[in-house]
Amino acid sequence: MSPAAEGAGKPSLAASPETAVRTEGLTKRFGRHHAVDGLDLTVPRGAVFGFLGPNGSGKTTTIRMLLGLVSPTAGRVEVLGEEMPARLMGVLPRVGALVEGPAFYPFLSGEANLHRLDTADLRAPVRTRGERVKSALERVGLEHAAHKRVHAYSLGMKQRLGLAAALLAPRELLVLDEPTNGLDPQGTREVRSLIRSLAQDGTTVFVSSHLLAEVEQICTHAAMLRTGKLVAQGTLDELRGAALPRVEVRTPDESQAAEVLRGLGLSPERSAPGTVVASSAANDGAPAPEEVVAALVGAGVRVRGFAAAAASLEERFVELTGEGFDVAQ
Amino acid sequence: MLLSSAPASARLFVSELSVLFRRWRTWTMLAALAAVPVLIGLAVRFSPKGPPSGRGPAFLDQITHNGLFAGVVGLVVCTPLFLPLTVGVVAGDTIAGEANLGTLRYLLAAPAGRVRLLVVKYLASAVFCVAAALAVVVGGTLTGAVLFPLGQATLLSGDTISPGEAFGRLLLMAGYVTVSLLGLSAIGLFASTMTNVPVGAMAATIVLAVVSQVLDALDQLDWLHPWLFSDHWLSVADLLREPIAWGSFGENTLLQLGYIALFGALAYGRFTTKDVLA
Ligand SMILES: Nc1ncnc2c1ncn2[C@@H]1O[C@H](COP(=O)(O)OP(=O)(O)OP(=O)(O)O)[C@@H](O)[C@H]1O
Ligand SMILES: [Mg+2]
Repeated sequence: MSPAAEGAGKPSLAASPETAVRTEGLTKRFGRHHAVDGLDLTVPRGAVFGFLGPNGSGKTTTIRMLLGLVSPTAGRVEVLGEEMPARLMGVLPRVGALVEGPAFYPFLSGEANLHRLDTADLRAPVRTRGERVKSALERVGLEHAAHKRVHAYSLGMKQRLGLAAALLAPRELLVLDEPTNGLDPQGTREVRSLIRSLAQDGTTVFVSSHLLAEVEQICTHAAMLRTGKLVAQGTLDELRGAALPRVEVRTPDESQAAEVLRGLGLSPERSAPGTVVASSAANDGAPAPEEVVAALVGAGVRVRGFAAAAASLEERFVELTGEGFDVAQ
Repeated sequence: MLLSSAPASARLFVSELSVLFRRWRTWTMLAALAAVPVLIGLAVRFSPKGPPSGRGPAFLDQITHNGLFAGVVGLVVCTPLFLPLTVGVVAGDTIAGEANLGTLRYLLAAPAGRVRLLVVKYLASAVFCVAAALAVVVGGTLTGAVLFPLGQATLLSGDTISPGEAFGRLLLMAGYVTVSLLGLSAIGLFASTMTNVPVGAMAATIVLAVVSQVLDALDQLDWLHPWLFSDHWLSVADLLREPIAWGSFGENTLLQLGYIALFGALAYGRFTTKDVLA
């Protein structure tokens, strides 16, 4: 297991105001198939938490258990410091959710759909209902389609309406299952900035995705799931490895550069004529980028280009699982 | 907790009704029910021979004396199949329809509360039972008023009553028919918690309504008859005696309450423990 995953440890499920979501040994079996298998998640308050995994890895099933829609076969769930599903009626008004795509009454308008959902929320004040519905619609850019029936909405519009439903009340936690599904690039950018601005207001965002690049752009923390098992979790930096994992040097003095890099504890290889790529064997103890440049220049290597790239989450994922980011069954 | 949430529950019930009655399907079914007494009235009014008394649906020959009997005949004709059909559609749709749309997970995550949602759904389908019976009454009364005289009505017992009192009897019959359908609604609610396919729950409910009546017609099974939810359905005519024979009304109500308790409990047991995967 990765250092980051070990860091998550196994603290007991004590009421913890700093933790937005905590699961312990969370397991769901469908027949003999383990959809979710012994999940220990810790989502700190205020985090934008990326929940990563290929198709069928158990993301949606986990989210259903967080929301009390599905009861775990084993294990425990705590949301906003309260035991689920025992305290469901007290917890869920503070949680906004988008689960496995949006769903609405096609014969009602977008606005009427939101009214209906807000009415279903026992605690939502009726006095401010109209106002809150309106501002939620504005927040996702649907004010002009508010009176259109949902059956005339495009996929992206429905996705936006789903986000609006999650934002009907001030929420402490947002659980968003693949929120950018079906959105155009503009919509994807909007959702990203929406998530950032919500996080700035102190909302914890738990967002599942199978798009690693997307998670890298908005998340502070992430967990990686594979066939129902957690393979890593932690801050993004922890996951990628904080130190310099990989440098790229463009130089005519290839062999000389390789020598210097090897001397710094890196393992260089020639990737293309005039380019040397080197990655560090270990995450800790790797030299900082500026040290590498200084050493190269000091040794008289003619440096024409230099790039230090953090390992991407995808590389990390492949490293942790030994496999690509594909559907595993 | 329960008391303080009563206004919120009432609003959810109103919202449920508005969703039900904003659907085309609901109004189509009500219109079809209202059309039955209209067709009956037209057939009686414009057929060259008068209706042979003693044949055809009960009370058919009464329509020409008092138009309100179009509603009475309509209720009697719709009770075995047409009314159970529409009630099966609505009750079978309650939970499975939401699951099918995917809205169930959002209602429960709102959180609506599973028990509260179940109760609200049942009450809304009960309101539909009232609406369905009234649709027949409205269709029958309008047809009767337009095509026939609204004179004295002759009851089964031979007594005659005023048109006003006759209308009262018609409304009473609508109430009886509504009560008759409440047990079936509970069965539909339970069926609806068993599947995510609304058509399946609807079909199961309607089939049960037919099966119950078939069993009710077999003399060999007369020990079973008092337990069948359809056993008193056609005793609605007891309300056309003077004095009114309230016995069947009471027995029917008791029987339907039993079915509500049984299938309500089954629906509760199923729905509160069910994994919502739709
Ligand atoms: N109702 C069900 N019955 C049986 N198995 C199920 C059911 N729902 C999900 N599964 C199985 O559980 C596993 C996890 O499914 P889940 O929907 O949680 O995956 P996911 O990570 O959300 O995938 P995706 O990225 O495609 O949304 C899958 O192997 C799936 O086949
Ligand atoms: Mg999913």
